[in-house]
Amino acid sequence: MTSHSVDAGASRYEPTTFKVKDKKLGMWIFLASEVMFFTGLIGSYIILRWGAATPWPVPGEVLNVPITAGNTFLLICSSVTMVKAFAAIEDGNQKMLKVWLLATAIIGACFVGVQAYEYTELVHHGFLPSSGLYGSTFFTMTGFHGFHVTVGVLCLLWVAIKAFRGGYTQADHQGVEIIGLYWHFVDLVWIILFTIVYLI
Amino acid sequence: MSHDTYGGGVRSWMTTVDHKRIGIMYFVSAIVFFFVGGLEALLIRLQLGSPENTLISADLYNQLFTMHGTTMVFLAVMPLSSAFFNFLIPLQIGARDVAFPRLNAFSFWIFLFGGLFLNSSFLFGGAPDAGWFGYANLTSTQYSPGIRVDYWVLGLQLLGISSIASALNFIVTIINLRAPGMRFMRMPPFTWMTLLTSFLLILAFPAITVGLVMLMFDRTFGTNFFNPAAGGDVLLWQHLFWIFGHPEVYILILPAFGVISEVIPTFSRKTLFGYPFIIYSGVLIAFLGFGVWAHHMFAVGLGPIANSVFSAGTMLIAIPTGVKIFNWIATMWGGRLRMDTPLYFAIGFIAMFIIGGLSGIMHASPPTDLQQTDTYFIVAHFHYVLFGGTVFALFAGMYYWIPKVTGRLLHEGLGKLHFWLMFVSFNLTFFPMHFLGMNGMPRRTFTYLPGLGFDLMNLVSTAGSLLLGASMLVFVWNLVRSFRRGSPAGRNPWNAATLEWSLPSPPPHYNFRTIPEVGGRDPLWRPGGAEVDPEDPTAPEPVMPSPSGWPMLLALGPVIAATGALLSSLLVVFVGVAVVVVSVYGWAFQPLER
Ligand code: HEM
Ligand SMILES: [Cu+2]
Repeated sequence: MTSHSVDAGASRYEPTTFKVKDKKLGMWIFLASEVMFFTGLIGSYIILRWGAATPWPVPGEVLNVPITAGNTFLLICSSVTMVKAFAAIEDGNQKMLKVWLLATAIIGACFVGVQAYEYTELVHHGFLPSSGLYGSTFFTMTGFHGFHVTVGVLCLLWVAIKAFRGGYTQADHQGVEIIGLYWHFVDLVWIILFTIVYLI
Repeated sequence: MSHDTYGGGVRSWMTTVDHKRIGIMYFVSAIVFFFVGGLEALLIRLQLGSPENTLISADLYNQLFTMHGTTMVFLAVMPLSSAFFNFLIPLQIGARDVAFPRLNAFSFWIFLFGGLFLNSSFLFGGAPDAGWFGYANLTSTQYSPGIRVDYWVLGLQLLGISSIASALNFIVTIINLRAPGMRFMRMPPFTWMTLLTSFLLILAFPAITVGLVMLMFDRTFGTNFFNPAAGGDVLLWQHLFWIFGHPEVYILILPAFGVISEVIPTFSRKTLFGYPFIIYSGVLIAFLGFGVWAHHMFAVGLGPIANSVFSAGTMLIAIPTGVKIFNWIATMWGGRLRMDTPLYFAIGFIAMFIIGGLSGIMHASPPTDLQQTDTYFIVAHFHYVLFGGTVFALFAGMYYWIPKVTGRLLHEGLGKLHFWLMFVSFNLTFFPMHFLGMNGMPRRTFTYLPGLGFDLMNLVSTAGSLLLGASMLVFVWNLVRSFRRGSPAGRNPWNAATLEWSLPSPPPHYNFRTIPEVGGRDPLWRPGGAEVDPEDPTAPEPVMPSPSGWPMLLALGPVIAATGALLSSLLVVFVGVAVVVVSVYGWAFQPLER
């Protein structure tokens, strides 16, 4: 905590600050904004898709569902490794913290890699952002999600660097917790996107 | 002025993370943009002063009204409110700074760069010209070729980053940094309204971001979101825009409500009447504000059921709004009124806002609105709520708090002259627009034929607007005069009740040497309210966050990337992204205090 926060324990009044620390609270608020953002994107998709005059392509007609299903599995695994990283530092296990953090970052990067491969294949077959509403919504939604994963990987790398410098202790490891919140959120969004874009 | 608080060269301002300095920078930038937007408005009025006038071409006229609206909303009024948030919130809650001081600096810089970016369009091929709400598909490449609309799309996204970052910061600050004893229901009403405004920003801004992103992709990558020929939906834009846009009008008015709820008790020597009602009706307004957006779309044919629901919701909001007005009047009732300039502006606010609220209720009814929408009646309505409401209230706030900022009083006589000039000329400018609208004059047309019954009212309105411009010069003169030879303000010139008035003017850079403890509402009016002398000389001087250059550099990154997008140069975009990545890492590894 920084110098300007208050040591409420010394006061005869009840503490007014929340139990949630500044940065974590900040992340929750940021995620609230992100929820609204993805709600806007997904809501627009629903309006456009179910209001469309021409029939929507059925699952698998354009997209390669099995590959992306595998990719989804990968991302879910990265949530598990993220949990492991957090559990490691909760136990004060520095070594496993580093291992699981790096594992999460690498799996995240692989997810983005597979997505990039998927995009190139689609573009190869002439499926572009300008390919009707289907192309527009597909690339925008999955693209934004991919962007979020990329940002997440960059943040994970930063947390990992800090971990290698011994920046986290059993008592104080807020950074790991906060990046975890973000990472699980991004995962959750993907599960929704995968369902409505690839499966339904 | 105290060297300690504001001393140091330009560099110290560029790297500052002190909320007070950031507040001042917001203030100066917002006032400059206010004058730019005002100048655009005067040009518009000059063109409309007489029928078939040829002063301004139709093309330039479109740019002027678009930039006027965009500037006033995003670059003048919102940042002016931000100036108040920044300077006041830590002082009001008894904190030494905001929760994330560097993020705060970043919010300011990206707002400033975003504003300059948007306005630079005038120099390079013309400013955005599709209206401040940029309806699809006027904004498509088919109907808006060139880069004007791109400026708008990118500029608003930059400003959105600023708003979200700063809203997040203030929510955490208000929730977590309150002094001991400052419970939620003891917070000053201005702090409360800041909290609500910040929540609105966090939750409403993403809607327009989604719309802007889709529009950007439509224009650059050929997606079809708003392209009806390929199945796109132009109404989707209107929904996304107004899901943001209606909460946005509360983002503009709630800080004003907060200011008024501070000024009126101080100058009535009475505690705020019905404090919980003021707070809870604010919460209710913020909440209901998310459910009424389609009242901006009564004319597009959503059908009778949707129209009725949105009409009823809109009328419902008038109730908590009315509650507040009655509370303010009841606070003054029986008080010992001290008729200084801030109170003049506060009373002016109440009167003007009631007029704007009444016209709002009128077009909350769809059949009435069908007559009024897209006419000058709407222009009259939103100027009564935005100018007569928000801007009057913000002036009340400026006359009230500027002595705290600079340590010097403003001149009362000049202040009252400013008020009367502004009050009369505001009404001269905007009241006739009600009649113009009722008589069928459409908004956003650059001229009109003589003999339609529009001539006289337009002339009156134009004359009023020139006077309105002149009244602003009185204010500037008052400011300059006060810097040079205003009388010292002392700690608490108005004998006000909230914590900021317990500090010297201007406050030291660390605000409170010892954090105060708050035993109740209106702490300075309670016996022993602010219990620890904030200047206890035996207490050590607090260590404050160190200056940092990273926030400004980080803010530069997105602007470079936006310029790259404008020039369709992937290289420049990458440079921008690189600047972002480097500064984020630089920032993250730089300790807050060095
Ligand atoms: C009693 C409260 C209010 C009611 C019932 C109300 C109602 C309305 C309605 C129905 C419209 C749409 C009219 C049309 O386009 O045909 C409108 C427009 C507008 N209102 Fe309000 N309003 C209220 C308060 C406010 C406040 C507090 C603000 C801002 C501080 C505001 C700002 C605006 C703006 C900017 C527009 C015009 C948007 C545009 O078309 O450019 N209103 N209002
Ligand atoms: Cu509205």
